[in-house]
Parts: sequence; structure tokens; C-alpha cells
Amino acid sequence: MSLVVAEMKLSVRDKVGPLWGVAFPLILLIILGNVPTMRQPEEANGGLSTFEIYVPVLILFNLAMLALIALPTTLAGYRETGVLRRMQTTPVGPARVLGAQLVANLAIAVVAAAVFLTVARLGFGVHLPENPAGFAIGWLLVAGALIAIGLLVTALAPRRGVATAVGTVLYFPMMFFAGLWVPVTQMPPLLRDISQATPLGAGIQAFQQAYEGSLPSARPVLILLAYAVVCTAAAIRWFRWE
Amino acid sequence: MAAIIEVRNLHKRYRDTVAVEDVSLSVQAGEIFGILGPNGAGKSTTVECIAGIRAPDRGSITVTGIDPLRDRRAATERVGVQLQSGQLPERLQVAEALALYSSFYPEPADWRELMDSLGLAGKAKTRYGKLSGGQKQRLSIALALAGNPRVAILDELTTGLDPQARRDTWSLIENVRARGVTIVLVTHFMEEAERLCDRIALIDAGRVVTVDTPAGLTARAGVEQRFEFRPSAAFADELLTGLPEVSRVERRGDLVVVAGADGALSAVTTVLAQHGVAVRQLRVSQTSLEDAFVTITQSVAKEQS
Repeated sequence: MSLVVAEMKLSVRDKVGPLWGVAFPLILLIILGNVPTMRQPEEANGGLSTFEIYVPVLILFNLAMLALIALPTTLAGYRETGVLRRMQTTPVGPARVLGAQLVANLAIAVVAAAVFLTVARLGFGVHLPENPAGFAIGWLLVAGALIAIGLLVTALAPRRGVATAVGTVLYFPMMFFAGLWVPVTQMPPLLRDISQATPLGAGIQAFQQAYEGSLPSARPVLILLAYAVVCTAAAIRWFRWE
Repeated sequence: MAAIIEVRNLHKRYRDTVAVEDVSLSVQAGEIFGILGPNGAGKSTTVECIAGIRAPDRGSITVTGIDPLRDRRAATERVGVQLQSGQLPERLQVAEALALYSSFYPEPADWRELMDSLGLAGKAKTRYGKLSGGQKQRLSIALALAGNPRVAILDELTTGLDPQARRDTWSLIENVRARGVTIVLVTHFMEEAERLCDRIALIDAGRVVTVDTPAGLTARAGVEQRFEFRPSAAFADELLTGLPEVSRVERRGDLVVVAGADGALSAVTTVLAQHGVAVRQLRVSQTSLEDAFVTITQSVAKEQS
């Protein structure tokens, strides 16, 4: 427990997670909410406004930033500077540091998602997901898949700098397929198909279904589970403590 | 006294290089045991195996009666380790690090007291990344002691410190031993080993060359006594070379340099006094551990070739 608290403090001091993962998407949310055309219901979006579509996208923005960039950078840095090695000589062991990092990042992500939804609801009158349980399931699945990918990056990257670079390179195309630049609903069919096979594309699909009132359908669930299982197994296979 | 650490026929190789060929040691409870040797001799690998964070290829190790590899939990509680390469997160503050580490142990030391005694109280709120080399080293020692260990392993503890910080660290280590902690000290500084250690194991090329007290090592090396002086009047060299204790006489300007066995000094001053020559500005150079180290490792190398 004290490790989790310490890791949270360190994440906050590190600023990558809080600034890029929380503050930046939150500011984006507020700016977008203040653009009148963003608030117009659009036929192409199935009657939703572009702003409403962006709320879950920004929740994914936050999760992906923490799992793909903040987490691998921190863990690979810990390995590089011998933090994990030092922990091997204590009764606690390095695995718990990894666990504490995960819990700390997840906690930050839960708070961020709650803040985004609240600001969108209270500030701009955006409806909450019709199916909160479905939304929570979708969020957990995306978190699982992204953390698994982040851990795989940590396992394979030889150094902290490489981990950051690989995480960032993965981040942008994945956010594209989540609809950060073009909403998924407005993508051409080929891109939409590709999108649904990516973790964030599958995630946004699950979120949309939750907004519409249903539980996530089998396809996004299976895709996200597959990413989580395969990447976790690969990460375990190649992970090094030093 | 019973041995608190027992290492038998330790062997460890990394791919093609043998780091430790064959090391056997036994460390007594309460002593400061030095492991001394040149870089790459296998010192760090040996202590990492003792700490249980590296698995030996062959050999057996017991620390406080347990196998440090198999009984991880008990070993980590009883053995505090300060590693050459182990660090802390850059942004963790000194007091936070100490509080965190003491929370890992069932019977931790009072970390505030540790912080004070290591002179870190003024740095309680300073981040690890902002500490000087000496401060990092002291924090690292404090963390090694956070769990109230029975054995502390300190690897290259004063490397990279300035002379003052090094001396401060030495007196610190003596205080730690005074609390009853057995200390294994890895070093390549002769002066450090000479000053701190009760016994020293000389390790070279993955083998224990010898284990002895610092004084024992110097005596065993049989290095000659050397002294130099300015005579008050001229005299013939034969006066001194004729003495059985003296092996060599050299003149450097008006300086006379004499080498010889124990007792050479008194023999020389006596014979000169008999001839009315006074010995002035006498300087005796003590055989250092460094000389002993070189002599012993070289004689072993000769035997082997």
C-alpha cells in the first residue's frame, strides 16, 4: 500500500501522466465544448454532436497516454537505473513495484474518466452512457489491453528512451483509429474495419454501444481480450528485471 | 564464534566469461570482512550471490544459517544490501525513501534516527536525483540498514567520493559495526580495507588468493622495510652493506636510502652512532597493504604459470 502511495506521488511529480494524460485532454474537452458547431447534432454521427463523440475518445486519450507512454517510460527507467534491482534485495521484491505502478496509473485513469464524464455532463449537458455497467466493462477491457501492450513495450525496450519512443509511435496511429482526428463513424469502410481491429477502435465501439444502452458486443470484447492475453503472455515471456 | 556467512566452492559464469572460478569464505559474526581485489576479479558477483540476487552455477552459500536464494524472504529481512548499481527513483525524497523502505520490513530500524545518524536530516525533503554522490551513498547505506539487518553487504561504498566524504563514511561503518551488524565490504581501495577491516579476502581472477588480517597480509608478503635519512657526516657505504639486516644501500644526492629486513633501522643507527654519524630527517616507509597485495598476487600468479 505504501508503495502504491509512493508511486502515485512519483507519477504526479513526473508530470507526463497528469499533464498529457489528464490535464491536456480535459482542456481539450472544455475547448471543444465551447465551439458551437461541435455541439450541433450531425446526421453523419447518427444524430450525435461531434462533441458527444469526443467525450469517450478523450477518455481513451487519457488511458492510452498512461498505459502506452507513462507506464513503459517509468518502468523501463526503473530497470535502467537499477530501481528494480535494488528492490530485489528487500522482502517486497520488484514485482510489487510493477504492481504498484499499475495500480497508481489505473487510479489516476479512473479519476480522470470520472472527471471527464462529470465535466461533460454538468458543463455541457452531454448524456452519460445509457448502460454504465457496459461502459465500465468496456473501460476495463481497454485498460487491460493497453496495459498489456505497455508492459510488452517495457519488456522489449532496452532503455527508457526507447520505451518512450516506441510508446509514442504506437500512440498516434492508435489514437487515429479511436477517432481523435476523424470520428470513426465518418471513416471510409476500409478504415473503419481496420479501426475495429485495433484496441482503441474496439474500445470506442464498446463505449458507443454502452452510450446506446447495451453491453459491449462479442467482437470488441474478444478483440480487446485477445490483445490483453497475447501481449501479457509475450510481456511475461520477455520481461527482464535488470 | 560461529560463522554467519559460509560460502563453499562458489562458481559463476556469464556466457563465455567465468566471473567466479572457485570462492570459499567464512565470515564471523560481528566482524568487518573485506573483499579486496582488482576490477573484474569477481568481487561483486560473489556478494550478489551471498545476497541471493544471483544464482551460482555451483557451490553452496548459507547466510545466518539459511540459503539466501531459496529462502528469499528471510534472507532479505536479515541481509541489508547496498549495491553498486542499485538506485532510487529520481523524484523520491530522502525521508520518503527511508519511510518506504522501512515499511517493507517486519522489524524496521527507526528511520528518522538513521537519517540523523547519517547526516541526512537536513536533506529530508530533497529528491534523490538532486543529492550529491556522497549523499546518495549515505542514503544507500541508510536503506541497507532500514530493516535492522544482521548482515550488511556494502559494495564499492566509497567509489566516487571525495576524500573527506570517504573518511566520514568510514567512521559511519565503524558505528554500524558497533551496533552488532556484521559487515561485508567490497572495495578496491587498499587504504579503506586497511582502516576498516578485521579480516580481508584477496580475490583475483575469480579465486580467493588469501584471507588474513591487514597486518597479517603485510607481514606475510614479507615486503622489506625501507627508510631514508641525511647523515650528519660522510661515511662509507660498506659500513651499512656489511650489516646482515641490510640488503641495499642507495644514495640520492646527500640522501641515503636503505632497504632491509625488520631491525635494519636500529642496526643502521647503532653502527652510524658508533662512527659518530647522526641520522637526520629520518623517514620510514611502512609496507602498505597495497605492496602486500601486489606481492601476494604476483607470487600466486608465478606459482600457477
